[in-house]
Amino acid sequence: MIAIVDYGVGNLFSLKSSFKMIGEKAIVTSDKSVIEKADKIILPGVGAFGDAAEKLRQSGLDKVIISEAEKGKDIMGICLGMQLLFEKSYEYGEHNGLGLIKGEIVPMEGRLDKDLKIPHIGWNGLHFKKDSHLLKYINENDCVYFVHSYFGIHCEDSLVATAEYGEEVTAIVQKDNIMGCQFHPEKSGNIGLLILKAFCEGK
Amino acid sequence: MITKRIIPCLDVRDGRVVKGMNFEGIRDVSSPIELADYYSKNGADELVFYDITASFEGRKLFSDILTEVASKIFIPLTVGGGINTVDDFDRVLKCGADKVSVNSGAIKNPNLISEAAKRYGNQCVVISADVKRVDGVFRVFAKGGRENTGMEALSWIKHCVELGAGEVVLNSIDTDGVKKGFDIEMLSKVLSIVNVPVIASGGAGGIKDYIDLFKKLPTVDAGLAASIFHYGEVTIKDLKQELYKNGINVRLS
Repeated sequence: MIAIVDYGVGNLFSLKSSFKMIGEKAIVTSDKSVIEKADKIILPGVGAFGDAAEKLRQSGLDKVIISEAEKGKDIMGICLGMQLLFEKSYEYGEHNGLGLIKGEIVPMEGRLDKDLKIPHIGWNGLHFKKDSHLLKYINENDCVYFVHSYFGIHCEDSLVATAEYGEEVTAIVQKDNIMGCQFHPEKSGNIGLLILKAFCEGK
Repeated sequence: MITKRIIPCLDVRDGRVVKGMNFEGIRDVSSPIELADYYSKNGADELVFYDITASFEGRKLFSDILTEVASKIFIPLTVGGGINTVDDFDRVLKCGADKVSVNSGAIKNPNLISEAAKRYGNQCVVISADVKRVDGVFRVFAKGGRENTGMEALSWIKHCVELGAGEVVLNSIDTDGVKKGFDIEMLSKVLSIVNVPVIASGGAGGIKDYIDLFKKLPTVDAGLAASIFHYGEVTIKDLKQELYKNGINVRLS
């Protein structure tokens, strides 16, 4: 069973439906014991980093996620959920993340070519940087759907795939059992479902 | 590299797609669910649903259909039509929409854009503008293009983006239904004043019009159309192949 962590941000309907589509049982939950019992954990998220990090902390779910991560359970963060796995974000101030992935989250504005539109919205091709079981059913240049204005840097240690948007933008990270996708696999058609399937199957 | 998006638009009234269509493999041509599935399997990058229902029952039916579409189709869904309040945003987002498009609702109350952007993020709010030339000036029209609001279109669109709209759908009433190509002049003016994605709408008559659009306006993000896809005049697969051959980056998988 997959636990989709519900801490009050974003719409989890499509995410839940996408697991159903690939034949995996997924439960949207904020219950610590359910998260502890789950085989794998999904950390979703849309919105602002600071608010989301605060909600995780207030609910105490941050500690549950960190302790499950330490036990070696597979965890995948999606979009803002991936960013929350990082050490720090500079979105409207400076906020601490869960610190499970080395690196930080910075605004695109001022860093990318000024002619580029922000947010980075749309389908973009993946470029593989290192091997990961998440890539086992997909190919270089397969497109996935992005919507974001901030991105991860200084995460070379765990960088699995990037997308080109003015420069190489972090798309997939993995450090052992901790994984993250900047894009939305639940909105990326068949390619997205194949990434989720690979996650469910594990290494 | 980011790809250019091809977006079919479905008008739904009382739970049925308006406009007759006939595709191989579709049993019920006016079923939004079957049609959405067909488009998604054939390369649509996103789907837009316009609810043109007026009745309460019709609206309820639309929500049910949207929920079913979102549980089976895993590409971005934009919903428009009858969005006048933040509660309307809430209603369609809960059914699985990713973006919500506002038009007359924002004309009546521009704060709707800022309130929704604050609550759901700019990426969720799409401003859809129906624009027509009147005595050489671009004017914004309301009520499905029937009423001239008197507002100058470029300043209106810029204002909407400043309020928090994260994407613009520009529908040219002048080229809509004429099938002789998108309104390059109008689009180019809008592209020069905003830095959010702009989706071209109105005028697509064939593959050539899409090639023209993306060649002449390299910064336009997407092309939206209804009838050429619905009537099977152009399939999205063929369209994308031709765009690709012409050096335009599209998603082929």
